[in-house]
Amino acid sequence: MKIAIFDYRAGNLFSLKAALERNGAEVTIIRDMEDLDRFDGLVLPGVGNFDPAIESVAKGAGRLEKAIDSGMPVMGICLGMEMLFNRSEEGKLEGLKILDGEVVMLPKRKVKVPHMGWNNLKIKGKSRFLKGVKDGSWVYFVHSYRAAPASKKLVVATSDYGTTVPAVVEKGNLVGVQFHPEKSGDVGARMIKNFLAMCEEAKEEK
Amino acid sequence: MTLAKRIIPCLDVDNGRVVKGVHFADVKDAGDPVELAKKYSEQGADELVFLDITASQQGRDTMKNVVRKVASVIDIPFTVGGGIKKLEDARDILLSGADKVSINTAAVKTPELITRLMEIFGRQCVVVAIDAKRIYTKGAAKGKTMFRDKKGRYWFEVMIYGGKEGTGLDAVKWAEKAESLGAGEILLTSIDADGTENGYDVELTGAICKAVNIPVIASGGCGKASHMRDVFEKADVDAALAASIFHYEKSTVDKVKRYLKRSGIKIRA
Repeated sequence: MKIAIFDYRAGNLFSLKAALERNGAEVTIIRDMEDLDRFDGLVLPGVGNFDPAIESVAKGAGRLEKAIDSGMPVMGICLGMEMLFNRSEEGKLEGLKILDGEVVMLPKRKVKVPHMGWNNLKIKGKSRFLKGVKDGSWVYFVHSYRAAPASKKLVVATSDYGTTVPAVVEKGNLVGVQFHPEKSGDVGARMIKNFLAMCEEAKEEK
Repeated sequence: MTLAKRIIPCLDVDNGRVVKGVHFADVKDAGDPVELAKKYSEQGADELVFLDITASQQGRDTMKNVVRKVASVIDIPFTVGGGIKKLEDARDILLSGADKVSINTAAVKTPELITRLMEIFGRQCVVVAIDAKRIYTKGAAKGKTMFRDKKGRYWFEVMIYGGKEGTGLDAVKWAEKAESLGAGEILLTSIDADGTENGYDVELTGAICKAVNIPVIASGGCGKASHMRDVFEKADVDAALAASIFHYEKSTVDKVKRYLKRSGIKIRA
């Protein structure tokens, strides 16, 4: 499985690359969206800040949207998911507007921010990404903002942290995760395998 | 609020090998960091902390390799601290695969380093380690957060250079400042409790947790699982760090976690 990780040039992609490789992927780090066709799936990683990350994908935004529309499996992790929405309280720039909704700050007065640590998943809907993952599974979160999607239908899993945090959103082959599957032990590995299986399926249908 | 309390084994690394011993005294080789990281991760550790105690520049390059190897085999978060003096040191460690860097003396000497790191890598990558020591005074010390016990009144001083040098800074106020400068987490070590195996400094931990709105890791003094229970019950602390109880195989991470779970502490199973 040929997987691309988009590099916003903001930080460490090593753990994510290693996690994908441990689960059987062949990983390439890309810095533009020119040759997305060469890959079976794309990961938008979860390190960095909203505005610089948006700036780094802006040039390729059209190509990214086209790839998603054509059914290419894309997994956005944390910031990589937040970017898919209309806008974020973390930045001034507009989001990619691929998913409808906004990204807002966690309720600072009620809970410690960042939300850092292991929290339970509440599985809400049918999901290929969560196949074989039990309700209540522990996953590792590190974030200060959360998605507020326009439609609740997108949300297939949530977590409680002062409010209901959308933990996994899914729309066709597009998956957004607020936590870090690459840091979530065996449970996370299961999800990465599921994502790779989605890539395999999409490849066969091509 | 359903966050699990995190159990964090700490590994001291010298020239690419894990060493045992109460900080710098009585240092013994305890094995390969990658192997140990894997072992603790399999036992259910929620996170790991590596403290690089290497003195030489050559040793620092060795640490980068260790970080890279650890990042390729484990799938839980880990923090690397020790000897990070400037931005480039932190960048090297993060780009080698660490999730967070911990800065201590450098944060006191150049507080703007906290902000620079936060701006580049995000708050979640920046751990400020605070080593604090009880200072007893006759009356109230000016500008210090005062506490009282049977022995009298005291405040907590921030210590640097591995606990050897005082700074005159009040630990509670320094923690607040570190948060406002951009720290995403506080790794709090009690110099008085460290190495005693008599339990965490609950007073210190509680005070820092009340002062800041970011996660705090309690460190120093853990000799048995019930010490972790105590600190979790008495302070609003997010994680407990320990070294000797795991290294000397007095206990294992899974045993400790089973005990805490039985005691009603929220633990990731």
